[in-house]
Amino acid sequence: MATPARIPFPFTAIVGQAEMKQALLLAAVEPRLGGVMVFGDRGTGKSTAVRALAGLLPPMKVVPGCRYFCAPDDRSPCIEGCRDKAGKRVEEANVPFVDLPLGATEDRVVGSLDLERALATGEKRFEPGLLAKANRGFLYIDEINLLEDHLVDLLLDVAVSGTNVVEREGLSIRHPARFILVGSGNPEEGELRPQLLDRFGLSVDVRTPTDMGDRIEIVKRCDRFDRDPAAFAAEFEGSEQATLEAIAKARKLLPKVQVADEMLGLGAQLCSAVGADGLRGELTLLRAARAQAALAGKKEVKPHHVAEVATMALRHRLRRNVLDDTGSTSRITRAIAELIPA
Amino acid sequence: MTPSGVDDDSNDRWALALSAIDVLAIAGNRIGGVLLRARPGPVRDAWVDALQLVLPTRRLPANADAEALDGGLDLTATLASGRLVQRAGILADAAGKILLVPMAERLNAALAARLAGAIDDGAPPLVLFDEGDPEDAERERVPQGLAERLAIHIDLNSVRLPMAALVAGEAPPPPLAMLAEPGAVAKDPETALAVAAASLGIASIRAPVLAVRVARAHARADERPDAIDQLREADMAAAAALVLGPRATRVPPPPEEEPPPPPEEQEQPDEPPPEEPPPPPSDDNPGDDQEQPEPPPIDPTDMILDAAQTALPQGLLDALAAGTMSKAPKASGASGAKQKSITSGRPAGVRPGMPGRGARLALIETIKTAAPWQKLRPKREDGRLAIRTDDLRIRRFVAQTQSTTIFAVDASGSAAFARLAEAKGAVELLLAEAYVKRAEVALIAFRGTEAALALPPTRSLPRAKKELAGLAGGGGTPIASGLDLALKVAESERSRGRTPLVVVLTDGRANVGGSATVSPQEAALASARAFRVSGIAAVFIDCSPRPRPQGAELAQAMGARLVTLPRVDAKSVVAAVKSASGGAI
Repeated sequence: MATPARIPFPFTAIVGQAEMKQALLLAAVEPRLGGVMVFGDRGTGKSTAVRALAGLLPPMKVVPGCRYFCAPDDRSPCIEGCRDKAGKRVEEANVPFVDLPLGATEDRVVGSLDLERALATGEKRFEPGLLAKANRGFLYIDEINLLEDHLVDLLLDVAVSGTNVVEREGLSIRHPARFILVGSGNPEEGELRPQLLDRFGLSVDVRTPTDMGDRIEIVKRCDRFDRDPAAFAAEFEGSEQATLEAIAKARKLLPKVQVADEMLGLGAQLCSAVGADGLRGELTLLRAARAQAALAGKKEVKPHHVAEVATMALRHRLRRNVLDDTGSTSRITRAIAELIPA
Repeated sequence: MTPSGVDDDSNDRWALALSAIDVLAIAGNRIGGVLLRARPGPVRDAWVDALQLVLPTRRLPANADAEALDGGLDLTATLASGRLVQRAGILADAAGKILLVPMAERLNAALAARLAGAIDDGAPPLVLFDEGDPEDAERERVPQGLAERLAIHIDLNSVRLPMAALVAGEAPPPPLAMLAEPGAVAKDPETALAVAAASLGIASIRAPVLAVRVARAHARADERPDAIDQLREADMAAAAALVLGPRATRVPPPPEEEPPPPPEEQEQPDEPPPEEPPPPPSDDNPGDDQEQPEPPPIDPTDMILDAAQTALPQGLLDALAAGTMSKAPKASGASGAKQKSITSGRPAGVRPGMPGRGARLALIETIKTAAPWQKLRPKREDGRLAIRTDDLRIRRFVAQTQSTTIFAVDASGSAAFARLAEAKGAVELLLAEAYVKRAEVALIAFRGTEAALALPPTRSLPRAKKELAGLAGGGGTPIASGLDLALKVAESERSRGRTPLVVVLTDGRANVGGSATVSPQEAALASARAFRVSGIAAVFIDCSPRPRPQGAELAQAMGARLVTLPRVDAKSVVAAVKSASGGAI
């Protein structure tokens, strides 16, 4: 579908929704976090925020002509042999942002035979699907709780292994598909299966803003954006640029951020205090804390970094306690208050 | 009813509906489109005619799926020409037009989500026809994610048009209301609309954002010599009536000084609205609002709220009065949840898989998949298409989930025989009707020290009779184990894709179970709470001769509906089950 190049709504112009914005930034800084799940009512700016993030990310280096956006410094072999073909050339590309529509067929997601080649020349060639297009970028699924089960299984499998495997008489393709999964959904329309939920690194709940001042400001900003997108975007150019630079800087800093043993202990204590199952929660918590520290420009993770990310890293991993009706969020808040002195 | 069969109120709503066309023509995709609640009929046809005078339209075929929207391989052309020929999708084809979607209340989730995404991407504006019967509370609804993105919601169900115009086959011209005075310049329109939306109980922030867009389009449609960003009261009123009113979930508190406006307009279309407290003589427009254009500017929010009230959703006031305005329909209960099924229901796309075991081959899709490989595969001697298992595609359907009713019957003590006999009777009664709705029934009996699955889920009446014949009673009352087993069976039914309903028949007094520190009753309560977490629907039938609080406590802990039946008999049990399941069984 030919869509006119639209100016996206600036990420920094989104009023409120601090937790969602923070989670998206963390995921952009640390791709290994495992993505973000955004739960919330309709009309809370979920889609707007996620799409706005796409416009924010610093461009990445790719091997020219590679259909899988291979990184020039990546050693793993590419099925296209792209590095051999391209030699030393390197080009910059925008971080891919792929919208996975609910009705997408399996063929479209994993890729299929290149029909044109097959018909015209009888050549067997693989036509990459959405998973290939999302490699090293974002894969966004709105209303993920309505996604077909077989697609969900497939996505999980690829998201965990980072590789998409296509086997079909004679076509045996294996290509990298490391992407950040961003899902959004409205819990009223159906729960997400726990197995799927657990795979997401961070989970945030968004609510419609109730503060009248915020609501008025949102309506005003949307109206100004409607009437003159370019002027509105220009107004936020400065803050957008600043955020972009913060992400770039944090990514560079991230490998140098130290996690002391006490912080590892704190993470473990916190997870066991709230009853978060499995190692995945602990790992995500610490990775998120590390990204949080990097975003703040710090080289060492402090307890408050852990506290700041604990809710979003753990809220979807708690065992349901029959005798305790309090929500996950307040259980985590309570545990943080006990373990981390303010 | 007035002699012409047309009253002022109906006129107003017709004028409002027509003004939506002007707004749509100006704003296009930016307001998403129009959700038109109207059964097929002359009024709707007249509206569509009026729309088509202004804007070209394209109709979405009823059998369209997500692939048809985006286009795909044109098999015939591809095979004929030997190169890939893509068929343009409906979305691309409708570019520059309005896409009409009939029977929108039956849109499946995938298609609705694709349309909603398309709106975000700048696809053609939509006009959705919601043809559901407004009287039918259980009717299907337009998928909310999509309805939410369409700015304008109009209800034509109670609009009457002059018969003369309909007979002549022409769209009745807009009444004078269209020429309403633009009114005073609105101060700070964004704030006014945001505040109005909040007072109408509209949570979504998208509504006021869309309302501002509608107001701006309305201003431009009027071709006033105003500055481009100037909005007048009429624009605000139109936005309120087209966007905010229909989304209202509560009636705003009436302004203090004025008498509350009569809120019954929507309910009684036949009653001409009494002309409000006689306004200044200049005001003879029964326009799309009840504005009072006195020179001293009134609070814009009040004016907007007044306008919005002309378009309050039908039934809202009744629902408010009855205190039944629910935030969201519960997922469990009513009728079984929608499920993907390979056997029956409405078509819901195609996926790779083997036909058989009820799955039907999707022939065209299979041939489409196989076609491009023909050159690569060894030619068959008989010249036929070479199709391999990889190519096979099966059709999937959306079906109403089938239900399983699980009885957990207290078979303890002296009353056990009577209770068991009636429970058996209820099982048989349900099974006798079950073939219609494909419901299954299971029975758990708890007595002595444990619970046992006396009848695994079945649809077979003879089997039920046989297996229940030898069921014994007497002994202690292990309610906890009964509930635990019921939960286990219900969850396994749910994982089979069925909708379970648990019916507990007991007097609610446990005397077996627990431990040294936990009394049997506490153990039963803990099991009941565990049950509640599962979210499975349940009915708790307290059948003690004199109901005591334990039964009610257990029912509450389970999240079950409590029914007291001191004299259990099979028919009343069945009635209780049916009313709890909302007719799904």
